[in-house]
Amino acid sequence: MGVISIVSQWAIPMMVLFVVVYSYIKGVDVFDTFVEGAKEGFQTAIKLIPFLVAMLVAIGVFRQSGAFDILIGLLQPALNLVGIPGEILPLGFMRPISGSGALAMTTETLQTHGPDSMLGYMASTIQGSTDTTFYILTVYFGSVGIRRVRYSMSVGLIADLAGFLAAIFVCSIFFN
Amino acid sequence: MVNKLWFFFIVVGILVAGVRGQIGEMTTALLDSADKGVSVAFGLVSILTFWLGIMKLIEKSGLLKVIVRVMRPVAKFLFPDVPADHPAMSSILMNMSANFLGMGSAATPLGLKAMEQLQTLNKDKKTASDAMCTFLALNTSSLTLIPTTVIALRVATGSTNPTATVATTIMATFCSTIVAISVDKFCRKIYRGR
Repeated sequence: MGVISIVSQWAIPMMVLFVVVYSYIKGVDVFDTFVEGAKEGFQTAIKLIPFLVAMLVAIGVFRQSGAFDILIGLLQPALNLVGIPGEILPLGFMRPISGSGALAMTTETLQTHGPDSMLGYMASTIQGSTDTTFYILTVYFGSVGIRRVRYSMSVGLIADLAGFLAAIFVCSIFFN
Repeated sequence: MVNKLWFFFIVVGILVAGVRGQIGEMTTALLDSADKGVSVAFGLVSILTFWLGIMKLIEKSGLLKVIVRVMRPVAKFLFPDVPADHPAMSSILMNMSANFLGMGSAATPLGLKAMEQLQTLNKDKKTASDAMCTFLALNTSSLTLIPTTVIALRVATGSTNPTATVATTIMATFCSTIVAISVDKFCRKIYRGR
């Protein structure tokens, strides 16, 4: 635990402290400058609403209908052959689609199998080493009005797959 | 691709629900998801406002120039078509730094700022530029060195060794980032030809 938990606790407050002190020394009007930058926060968030609603509705319908579970059920036998535990598969699918969904699944895995089990290690590693590709794509491109995302979605998904497989591989070696 | 995927999710979802006799739940699913979209966006207001304020301080104080100078060689390799002294470059670098430290809440506003500045360099405003694609590839592959959320989650579920997966996370992140950068460079070349 030691060092890393200390670093994670101190990182953000220290960064804020450093920035404020540094700016002050450099003669910047800290309050006015902060407010000037902060003004943009609200508009940026509002601009995101249509994109987030569109994406979350599609994902919500797909999950609630059971279509998501059917897709996983179809793929599970094949992946079991390669040595990927079936229990971890839903997380692999959820991770790029929904950040909160994936976090919920990881929590569930840690609670059911224990955080210090092989599945717990794998779930923790996957959660940390991949990101919510669809969310990032939607939010980042949505905020500036990009419609054609070209190859970036494929690249994002391939990276997620690589992270997922690497997590399973590294964990099965590291924790054995 | 987003168009097709969106179409697929909605159409298949509703049809499957119909076949399985769960069509009654679809209205709720639709409206709940829409509601979630709005609340997620509003949830971002505080974070965005705060970090954009800090960001302005970093910019005005000249800290940005320091950060950019240190990371210039990496950035030059990843973003050859963004001028080194362009504001987009600084936002990209700060977004990457925030990601490294697992500061997801700080990374998003910085990333959005970067996108906005990359858009000023973009010739076709509706289509993602090469630099935007690379930037997204970096973000989706997750550059986390300290997985803060996961450590917290492991503590909460009673792990005897909450930081056990930090090393494996760094290794897996390294793999996904290398893959993301390579595939991105590859796609960039292929798309050039068209």
